[in-house]
Order: sequence, then C-alpha cells, then structure tokens
Amino acid sequence: MIAFSIFFALVLLGALLTLYRLLRGPTVPDRVAALDILNVIVTGSIVLFSLIDKNSLFLDIALVYAALSFLETVVVARYLEGRK
Amino acid sequence: MIILDILGYTLVSIGAVFYFLGGLGMVRMPDIYNRLQAGTKATTLGSFSLIIGVGLINPEWLLKAIIIVLFIAITNPVGSSVIARAALKRGIVPLTSAERREEDIGSSGGGDGK
Repeated sequence: MIAFSIFFALVLLGALLTLYRLLRGPTVPDRVAALDILNVIVTGSIVLFSLIDKNSLFLDIALVYAALSFLETVVVARYLEGRK
Repeated sequence: MIILDILGYTLVSIGAVFYFLGGLGMVRMPDIYNRLQAGTKATTLGSFSLIIGVGLINPEWLLKAIIIVLFIAITNPVGSSVIARAALKRGIVPLTSAERREEDIGSSGGGDGK
C-alpha cells in the first residue's frame, strides 16, 4: 500500500536527520538529546510496523522499548551531570 | 467503520509529518536547548497522533495505544528536562539573541542585507 511507504519514508527521514545530529553533535548533551529523540521515533515506527503487520504483539514491544529508553536517558543524563 | 479508518489514517499521517519535523528541528536549531525544545515537542505530538491513529484503525488495540501514549506523555518531558539540566550543569550557556543574530549573518555570508 502506497500510504505506508509515504509514512515510513517520513519517519525514516526524521530518524536520519536525528542520526546526523547524533553523529555530528558538537557537545555530549547534544548527542544524548539526539538519542532521546531517536528512541521516541523508533517507538513510533514499531507501532507503525504493528499496524502494517496486523500483529498487536508489537505494541507490547513498543511499550517495553519506551520504558527502557526513558531509563537509559535518565541514567546517562545523571551520569553527565555528576561528572564535571 | 469507514469513519474511524479515515480519522486514523489522517492522524497517522500527521504523526509521520511531525516526526520528520522533529528530525528537521534537531538539525536546524543552533543550540542544545533549542534542539531539545524542537525535537521533544514535535516528537511528543507526533507520538500522540500516530499511536492514537493506529489505535483508531484497529479499535481493539485502543487500550494498549492509550497506555503507550500516557507513558510517553509522562516520560518524554521528564527526559528532556533532565538532559537540559545536565547540559546546564556541565556549563553550556544558552545562546543570547545577539550571538544568534551574529551567527545567522555569518552563516548566510552577508548575502541578504536584513
């Protein structure tokens, strides 16, 4: 279906632009912020994939991925804050 | 349920567009705080729209979709705020508007006179 290709192309463009900032970012918090945004985009694309595959199992995977990515963001940010 | 399908696909396309805009904001913005603002707000709205849209297309998934959306609504601003605090404590000062104007003039090569 052509609509799904357009949705995935837009999501992939957003992910690629974020990945550019993740690789290129001048400071370390830039990279952490880019990783946070990239995790949200990956969560959304897992949900979109569950729509295409018609399999509701991927929604559980998206929920667990969102929980783990939030934990990762908080832990890395706390680590950056502590180290001067 | 053709109405729910139309509404759901519209919401999914709005969400995909907002994901793209979030990525664009991450590249175009000049500063870590501006980047956090652009990226986090756009992707939060995109997630709401896309996941609720998927839940409307398949109404039996709506409960799980709402749970994921609530989780993202709670965690995404918290993560953004924690990153901004870490950046501030590491000594990255926010750009003032005068610096930003100079940077804009410098990056455009003085081509347009405004």
